Amino acid sequence: MKAILALEDGFVLEGRSFTGPGETGGEVIFNTGMTGYQEILTDPSYAGQMVCMTYPLIGNYGVTEEDIESGGVHASALIVKECCKVPSNWRSVASLPDYLKRNGVLGIEGIDTRALTSHIRKNGAMRAIISTEELNVEKLVEKAKALPSMEGLNLVKDVAPTHVYRWDGVRPQNVRLVDGVYNWTGKGPKVVVYDFGIKWNILRLLHEQGLDLLVVPPSFTAEQVTLTGADAVFLSNGPGDPATLKDEIAEITKLCDMMPVGGICLGHQLLGHALGGTTSKLKFGHHGCNHPVKDLTTGRIEISSQNHGFCVELDSDDVEITHINLNDDTVEGIAHKTKKVISVQHHPEACPGPNDSHYFFKRFSDMVKEGLNK
Amino acid sequence: MPKRTDLKRIMVIGSGPIVIGQACEFDYSGTQAVKALKEEGYEVVLVNSNPATIMTDPELADRTYIEPIEPETVAEIIRKERPCALLPTLGGQTGLNTALAVAESGVLEECGVELIGATKSVIEKAESRELFREAMANIGLSVPGSDIARSMDDVRRIGEEMNFPIIIRPAFTMGGKGGGIAYNMEDLETIASQGLAASIQSELLLEQSIIGWKEYEMEVMRDKADNCVIICSIENFDPMGVHTGDSITVAPAQTLTDLEYQKMRDASIAIMREIGVETGGSNVQFGVNPKNGDLVVIEMNPRVSRSSALASKATGFPIAKIAAKLAVGYTLDEIPNDITRETMASFEPTIDYCVTKLPRFTFEKFPGAQDELNTAMKSVGEAMSIGRTFKESFQKGMRSLEVGVAGFGSDYRGKLPEREDIMGLLRTPNSKRVFALRHAFLLGMTIEELHEITHIDPWFLHQLKDIISMEEEIKDFGLANSLAPGNDELYALMKRAKEYGFSDRQLAEMWKQPETAIRQLRKDLDLEPVYYLVDTCASEFEAYTPYYYSTYETGKEIEVADKKKVIILGGGPNRIGQGIEFDYCCCHASFALRDMDVQSIMVNSNPETVSTDYDTSDRLYFEPLTFEDVMNIVEMEKPDGVIIQFGGQTPLNLAVPLLRAGVPILGTHPDSIDRAEDRERFQALINKLDLMQPANATVMSFEEARKAAKGITYPLVVRPSYVLGGRAMEIVFDEEQLATYFDKYVPVNLEHPILLDKFLENATEVDVDAISDGDEVYVAGIMEHIEEAGIHSGDSACVLPPHTLPADIVGEIRRQTIELAKELRVIGLMNIQFAVKDKQIFVLEVNPRASRTAPFVSKATGVPLPRLATQVMLGEKLADLDPWSMRKHGYVSVKESVFPFSRFPGVDILLGPEMRSTGEVMGIAKTVEEAFMKGQVACGQVLPQEGKVFISVNDRDKPYILDVAKRFADLGFEVLATSGTAKLFIENGIPATRVAKVYEGRPNIVDFIKNGEVALLLNTASGKRTVQDSKSIRQEALVYGVPYSTTVSGARAISMAIAEQRNCELTVKSLQEYYAGE
Repeated sequence: MKAILALEDGFVLEGRSFTGPGETGGEVIFNTGMTGYQEILTDPSYAGQMVCMTYPLIGNYGVTEEDIESGGVHASALIVKECCKVPSNWRSVASLPDYLKRNGVLGIEGIDTRALTSHIRKNGAMRAIISTEELNVEKLVEKAKALPSMEGLNLVKDVAPTHVYRWDGVRPQNVRLVDGVYNWTGKGPKVVVYDFGIKWNILRLLHEQGLDLLVVPPSFTAEQVTLTGADAVFLSNGPGDPATLKDEIAEITKLCDMMPVGGICLGHQLLGHALGGTTSKLKFGHHGCNHPVKDLTTGRIEISSQNHGFCVELDSDDVEITHINLNDDTVEGIAHKTKKVISVQHHPEACPGPNDSHYFFKRFSDMVKEGLNK
Repeated sequence: MPKRTDLKRIMVIGSGPIVIGQACEFDYSGTQAVKALKEEGYEVVLVNSNPATIMTDPELADRTYIEPIEPETVAEIIRKERPCALLPTLGGQTGLNTALAVAESGVLEECGVELIGATKSVIEKAESRELFREAMANIGLSVPGSDIARSMDDVRRIGEEMNFPIIIRPAFTMGGKGGGIAYNMEDLETIASQGLAASIQSELLLEQSIIGWKEYEMEVMRDKADNCVIICSIENFDPMGVHTGDSITVAPAQTLTDLEYQKMRDASIAIMREIGVETGGSNVQFGVNPKNGDLVVIEMNPRVSRSSALASKATGFPIAKIAAKLAVGYTLDEIPNDITRETMASFEPTIDYCVTKLPRFTFEKFPGAQDELNTAMKSVGEAMSIGRTFKESFQKGMRSLEVGVAGFGSDYRGKLPEREDIMGLLRTPNSKRVFALRHAFLLGMTIEELHEITHIDPWFLHQLKDIISMEEEIKDFGLANSLAPGNDELYALMKRAKEYGFSDRQLAEMWKQPETAIRQLRKDLDLEPVYYLVDTCASEFEAYTPYYYSTYETGKEIEVADKKKVIILGGGPNRIGQGIEFDYCCCHASFALRDMDVQSIMVNSNPETVSTDYDTSDRLYFEPLTFEDVMNIVEMEKPDGVIIQFGGQTPLNLAVPLLRAGVPILGTHPDSIDRAEDRERFQALINKLDLMQPANATVMSFEEARKAAKGITYPLVVRPSYVLGGRAMEIVFDEEQLATYFDKYVPVNLEHPILLDKFLENATEVDVDAISDGDEVYVAGIMEHIEEAGIHSGDSACVLPPHTLPADIVGEIRRQTIELAKELRVIGLMNIQFAVKDKQIFVLEVNPRASRTAPFVSKATGVPLPRLATQVMLGEKLADLDPWSMRKHGYVSVKESVFPFSRFPGVDILLGPEMRSTGEVMGIAKTVEEAFMKGQVACGQVLPQEGKVFISVNDRDKPYILDVAKRFADLGFEVLATSGTAKLFIENGIPATRVAKVYEGRPNIVDFIKNGEVALLLNTASGKRTVQDSKSIRQEALVYGVPYSTTVSGARAISMAIAEQRNCELTVKSLQEYYAGE
């Protein structure tokens, strides 16, 4: 079925839908990872985005039951050169087209994804519409222009939970707070994890560190955290513009004075704000599995998983830049010089991508435990 | 960490001659590395015996030793040059093994030389099967169940304990030489005995077979600071059981989820650390159980490899160059990525296309060898192709192979083979299996069935099936629809066909139209390819390196330069008769053009080569060398000229179609090429110049041949007129043999004539290379062959300058060369083969193009022939270039050929008119004896110093062997001979011991060979019966590794070399010293 991809600046490509009819819009971004489409699709940070995979052959290994980063598909569309209809892998339980159809997400193929990528690289990430229903190009471009801009957009509210839950190592389990107090069941240090659209592998790896996890919604206040009896706080990844999350930033500012705080991606950006910095939008973001990040504290280079459209800008005597991106020198990690606060912009939880940065979870866990021993 | 300043002089070991498993990829890697080290200000001392390499060009390294790559010679060079460090990881297995031997001998310690890149313990740990297994156990990785055997007793014991099939892998060999798959005890004993002989440590790994598992490779790099990156993942189309060099392979991995890919990535890095490779690149091979994902490590190579060259070409990341920089102390984040300029080498390339590598086989050259693929590599070359989809890339690759197909399936006109025949080709892997898969699909077999039989992953089978379905659709469309440009459906279909990689020629065959008509139709429909960049980053960053592939997409990434430009057509995949020598010429053409400020544009499909390094030319198109693909580039670039005379037969075959399409061909006019190739026109040319050629005739039937033979007189060289490279060429001595030839090779309804030439017995063959600018001719090299005429010139050893020809004959050869060059109005290179018999000179062949010997002559004389030829083609004059003044003198150069016989058990090693060597070495010395001796050592021939020499020659050779036998007797060898020959020797006063022939009872000569009692075998045979009788002797010699010669002249040369080796000290001298007259 013929499908048109129209960008707000009038750039148009024609392809075919492999998920049936439909129309959807969002920010079109490209991801340079050659594997991991299922993890990408289920990563809540992609909410509001249409993902163009630069590797042309997608869907080869189908989809599995295990390789999911949340309960559903969050990207608003998938754009590929060629989608595989009959996958081959011993873990595969369904084909990618069927999976997308089941989740009501549009997938198109036959797109010159390299031309699209080059266009975005030169002109920046932008709003776009994909449609199989409206084939009039001018009308589609108008529709794209009418979409909200990513800058100033709060998408966290669309993907974050409204209730607290517990992580049992595999999936979320509902729990209740009694008068705001939580009955910690595990043995390890007690960590409250803010879910702004969290990737499950963050929870898996924090859990592996022996931490007892209580996951809370973005609206949770510093006071509420104290009530639970937590030892530390972890701030997750999530979609959208961090600058719109004013209330959350205020609470995080308080938390930084109270207990150890760690963060990844959006969590890192929020910490950036809380510690006196700002965030700005990157021209076309970082989305892929091959960016080199240097840990300035050890001098080691890690190949990182990346997925962000904003980055932290911070010039403070109190905060140390711990990680930088070697491709464009942007900030990839910070630590407060006196407070127990660390965060990274990239994705140490990988999924998809290299496991080089797993150590971050141990670093966080050590920081929490160190405080407890004193 | 900045580069090390304590090192001043670094030694690099090359890989020597081109052999199966070690081809020009090591020239590519070595050249990159030497350039990188020079760039950093280090002095480089290079050892490589292969003259056809760019790396041995005298201007590249500071000291270039074209000497044998073996421990004693290398040790001698070390003592002389006193390098600070030795970099052993660039010369393939040869370089690594030699470095290890030198390290073990204590020379490195003695001279204070540090091994950089890989230390002794790293090499041992990675290469010793036992140590490697232990290492893997340390990091919790599995390896296939296995055991080590050091003797045949071990082999039998393990064979009892382990389940068949069992894989035999000899330690310290490359390309799986001496290995194989045993399905029963008998197989095991046969293969293991050969394997023990092939391994320098007499060590075999017997491994539980995991045939049918998925096979993967990872290319890893590590720096001094322990930063690790993966450059490329590769998935094999052919599952475990087929050597990866013989497999169709695809980059990146296609059917692994991210979880599984990362597991493999983590394992690769852990292996790198555990083995202890401090800096540089390594290749790790994995097997994956398709049923449950179990991962096993097959092996790792702590050096650059064929796969690393492929990975470099597939991603644009120059592994060897970076490895060299890491070896001198840089870290990955200090080395810029040439392609993006703004980013560093510390990243992992990501690609947005699919790369396919297809192996090129030459089983037809080795009758008697079984066309069966296993763990010992058999292919002689490869083609790589790039497309946006696997289908496009695969079909481009198929047509790049130059095996007579225009893609996957243009042979549908032929009748479908019988089901049983197809099944036979599917069951055991072989060079034709991919075609059998197509036939099986056409027969209606399902993906499930084919997966069951071949274990090829269903993903790949689906892809092939998609191509076949598309083919049906295209065919049906042609039957039902108008093929006029106005048709919208036609546009859509053709666009899709192009996206599936179908060539114009395939469409032409399906729609029964000429290819040119399809081309026109495509242009009328405005369907032209675009050229996309290979940029390491999937367009995330702007790229500056001009490395392109074609595809049918929408973008535009190339700007045609507004300056003078020339396209050079490369040679495509290596094969016997067309390999590195031609690539050498193409590279030099490119260098010369750059120096003349002409934009050089390279087109080639061979990933092993220097010509496909993005650094070699101003622009590189990685494309098939077909009319369609070349014309697409020509029409876009609109070059001032196209050079076709350097890439061997491949571009020459395009000469006429390109000329007809109005493409400006530089140099000698294609009509002159035709004049030299067309039999009648050539005869007229010879007559016109009053030269001589052997008596000859053209016949269409045996009866005609029989009559013609009477006039010419036997012996005759017989060959079909339409094949090249000596295919189906034989020497016949009588009518009976002539009849046999016709039975064997000649079809009843003959389309092309059969050629008969008088065979000049015991004539001396001479090869001449020359350059002409149309006015003047520079005779660059006159080479006298060691083997007599009748042995293919590519298989003969030769000497420059001639060592026995009298001056007047040499002068006359020179005169005739000049005459021929002028008459043919040659502009550029030319090669002539002469035969000299009884002071008479016969012209055998004239080729107005670059020859295989052009690099050898360039090295031997110090005159860069391909460069000069390029300058001449662009209008410069020899009088101004003055090659005469460049010429170096005062030493003798010998070229010797290297054969792949040990890889093809069952093949007769007799030399003949059909070329079978894969590569060459060069020996340089003050005397011809020493130069020859060096050549022998360089190609791995062990020259015995004592023991028994077995001599068995046919009757015609008997008079000529006497002096040879006498020399061996004088050298103290015991001469063994069968009754007739022994009698002759004794009559002539040469002491000889009689041994029984094979059918004369036991113990016979074969028993002597098996018992290791024969130090050297000299055996000539011709005629059906003698050849058959003595074949088993030669077979045993091959299996037991007994040095041999199958020609009298070769035997004579060996005796000479042995005498020389005994009398003289080992001397080593660099090319620079020879040139300076030191």
